[in-house]
Amino acid sequence: MYEAVIGLEVHVQLSTVSKIFSGSSTAFGAEPNTQASLVDLGMPGVLPVPNARAFEMAVKFGLAIDAEIGKESVFDRKNYFYPDLPKGYQISQFDKPIVGPGRVAITLDDGTIKTINVTRAHLEEDAGKSVHDAFDGMTGVDLNRAGTPLLEIVSEPELRSAKEAVAYLKVIHSIIRYLDISDGNMAQGSMRCDCNVSIRPQGSEVLGTRTEIKNVNSFRFVEKAINTEIHRQIEILEDGGRVIQETRLYDPDKDETRSMRSKEEANDYRYFPDPDLLPVMIDDSFIEACRNTLPELPEARQARYIKDYGITDYDAGVLVADRDVADYFAEVADTSGEGKLAANWVMGSVLAELNQTGSVITEFPVSAKQLADLISRIKDNTLNSKTAKTVFEALLAGEGEVNAIIEAKGLVQMTDTGAIEAIVDEVIQENPDQVANYRSAPSDKQGKMLGFFVGQVMKKSQGKANPQAVNQILHSKLGS
Amino acid sequence: MSQITDLTLAQLKQALDDGDLSSVEITTAFLDRIDSLNPELNAFITITHEDARKAAADADAARAKGKASAFAGLPIAHKDLFCTDGTRTTCGSKMLADFVAPYDAHVVSRCQQAGLISLGKLNMDEFAMGSSNENSFFGAVRNPWDPSRVPGGSSGGSAAAVAARMTPLATATDTGGSIRQPAALTGTSGLKPTYGRVSRFGMIAFASSLDQGGLIAHTAEDIALGLGLIAGHDPRDSTSADQAVPDYTATLSDPLKGKVIGLPTQFFDERLDPAMRQSMNDVLDVFRSLGATTVEVSLDHIAEAIPAYYVIAPAEASSNLSRFDGVRFGYRAEHPKDLTDLYERSRGEGFGGEVKRRILIGTYALSEGYYDAYYKKAQQIRRLIKQDFERALNQCDLLFGPTTPSTAFVIGEKTADPIAMYLEDIYTVATNMAGLPGGSFQAPLIDGLPSGYQLTGPAFGEGAILNAAHQIQTATDWHTLRPESL
Repeated sequence: MYEAVIGLEVHVQLSTVSKIFSGSSTAFGAEPNTQASLVDLGMPGVLPVPNARAFEMAVKFGLAIDAEIGKESVFDRKNYFYPDLPKGYQISQFDKPIVGPGRVAITLDDGTIKTINVTRAHLEEDAGKSVHDAFDGMTGVDLNRAGTPLLEIVSEPELRSAKEAVAYLKVIHSIIRYLDISDGNMAQGSMRCDCNVSIRPQGSEVLGTRTEIKNVNSFRFVEKAINTEIHRQIEILEDGGRVIQETRLYDPDKDETRSMRSKEEANDYRYFPDPDLLPVMIDDSFIEACRNTLPELPEARQARYIKDYGITDYDAGVLVADRDVADYFAEVADTSGEGKLAANWVMGSVLAELNQTGSVITEFPVSAKQLADLISRIKDNTLNSKTAKTVFEALLAGEGEVNAIIEAKGLVQMTDTGAIEAIVDEVIQENPDQVANYRSAPSDKQGKMLGFFVGQVMKKSQGKANPQAVNQILHSKLGS
Repeated sequence: MSQITDLTLAQLKQALDDGDLSSVEITTAFLDRIDSLNPELNAFITITHEDARKAAADADAARAKGKASAFAGLPIAHKDLFCTDGTRTTCGSKMLADFVAPYDAHVVSRCQQAGLISLGKLNMDEFAMGSSNENSFFGAVRNPWDPSRVPGGSSGGSAAAVAARMTPLATATDTGGSIRQPAALTGTSGLKPTYGRVSRFGMIAFASSLDQGGLIAHTAEDIALGLGLIAGHDPRDSTSADQAVPDYTATLSDPLKGKVIGLPTQFFDERLDPAMRQSMNDVLDVFRSLGATTVEVSLDHIAEAIPAYYVIAPAEASSNLSRFDGVRFGYRAEHPKDLTDLYERSRGEGFGGEVKRRILIGTYALSEGYYDAYYKKAQQIRRLIKQDFERALNQCDLLFGPTTPSTAFVIGEKTADPIAMYLEDIYTVATNMAGLPGGSFQAPLIDGLPSGYQLTGPAFGEGAILNAAHQIQTATDWHTLRPESL
């Protein structure tokens, strides 16, 4: 039996307005090279000037994962040649990163909490992009992205499965979204992940040879890439082979990893402190100012939701994972005064709809206020679960406000017991055989058989009869 | 009145202010002299006749309306590593032979704002690497005192142009002595300010932690005038000092009585050439006659300065020069087979021998497994040198010594021996390692060739250096001597 040892390097694009060392815009999607200044182009004689906002964001992240903040933050040059790296070096941080050791908690499938240590997080500039399909037989270079601030978050190799890796990645994603330091959009490359994977016999303390899978860009691909790589490594060892330390790429179409370059071909980056940038001294008052702007983080919010709304650990965990979803839920629960119902609706109908359409809560057609209204009408017995579903769908389709929909569709729940009794009598009369069967059945079977009559009554009432009242009346009438 | 081109910047300014001369007259006189001397001396790579003439006419017009800025219409020339918008900036290299920057260096724009007129771009050792100006793609610069000799480097063009009266003022840069050594070899005054005093924005980098822009002129007074223009904080350079700029001319006349001049024993040991020692003693006699006293001090780690410098400077250069890859600007090899070929041939064909040597040294020093033994060790030595200077400057106001081991050497004499060439900077590199201001000023001639003495001050002590040099220049005429052949 083998055990996987996984560590992740997550690159998060910080949502500063301008680049980390120049004044150019970081906005995504502009015409090639229109957002590249002299500094981004690496013109002779120009110099980098650090963007204070990037430091604020990095410090906030450090505080959020309970990390040590590097009081002296040093930028180093990572030297290598590539056409989309204008200066021939990337400004990064080597041995004095802005964020030191910290930790995050992930929830495993069985509900237990596991702490994953974060080794460090450092600031660096992104490279540009090579464009291979714009010119015939030539490669273009777009430097719009060059100089965009990145926070590279490095975990200890403490993850033991692809699932744990994804859980960790989701927590990191959740934290950066709560802190509002990145849009976390993996499809656009705002969050990218390198996965270091090795395997070893279960119980062994010795680390196996690792490979690094570069630039995986979705939660699902992270899971698949790691599983595929674990498989590949197991097969090699089972065949008596040896895993080679190398960088690999994941191909989602073929679901396989491919060798990119071996250790021998790896660059010697010749790191040294960038003489153009003085060490940045982070003082306590700066850290405290950052701390004061920290929002409530997912863990704290989960605890608060359990307490304030009387919902389960699990439900609270699901609801707080995304800051916008959590805010939405809180508004629904607060407005309707119904925590549990709100949780059920948000987790059931809302999140299901979002998953299905691949949309986000901020663009969801049903506002929190509308959903709260809907829940209020369930609570006051105007709607039952069936009619509520109909109203929800109408809301989704943009058919108006809750009360107007109820009115228009005539969905007011029948709570008048006289009317329900009349329908029940009708149903009893029309189904003498079923009534006889019911009455002769042993009492433990009767519960199930009652469902038939309930169904008939609901049908006749066009779903508007209050199910509890129907049950009660049927019970007394059939019992006699 | 003597010839226009013999005048100092201060004298020219006076003549303009008094209406004795027009900017057109001044500019024309200097351009004519450049045209007559440059073919032999090769101090200028680019001469901007038209721009200069037009600017001179504009300056005269502005002056007539009373709207001229303080230095309007006065000439200057820039070392060809200060980027100039619209005029090529070659850095003395084939790599940038046709490079036209779309921006002005901070120093250039400050000069322009003050009204100074640029006559052109000055020759230099390629990427400021060299001590003789023989490493220029545009050919060696010749020393006006003896055209068979070097003017020093890397700011050889700046020094030769001032010495030959082709410009009264030139910008220059100093990474290990590149302002002071050529100033000494050409009989001019040169000042390397404190690291961070002058913005490096737009100054093509050699070794970023050591590079500093400064000036070469005839007198300390002219440098005081010029430094006031180019010094000061620039938000575009993170290493530029946010410190007020004093009026350097206001302290030029302060008496030297009571000042203590420190003599580092290591600069005056038995290795010092007797003629150079005599020259230094002559200068010291003047200091003493003006009421200054001398004290022996020690710079214990000075012997390590050259080896440490030749690790740190090439290491930084190897990284700084990576951007010259043939992709976005500068020289690009023809018909590259593939990306690697493009890199290798663009750099192989675009850089000269000394530049390649230093890129190799620097790359080696930063390589995995060698970093601690070379780069890290060199940085430790740098700290020790800095402490040496702090200690020494606690015992005196300024440090004094020769700028160079000898006078100007013959072209070709040291090109085959890089170590001998590197030792040219033996008295100057430590100042850069410590980040301190240092100036070289005219001492007596030795066998008809100029010699220079060096003053090193505490951080931001440019005023004290210029004051001392000005007092010596007031009491002597070494700074007024001219090459006889011209």
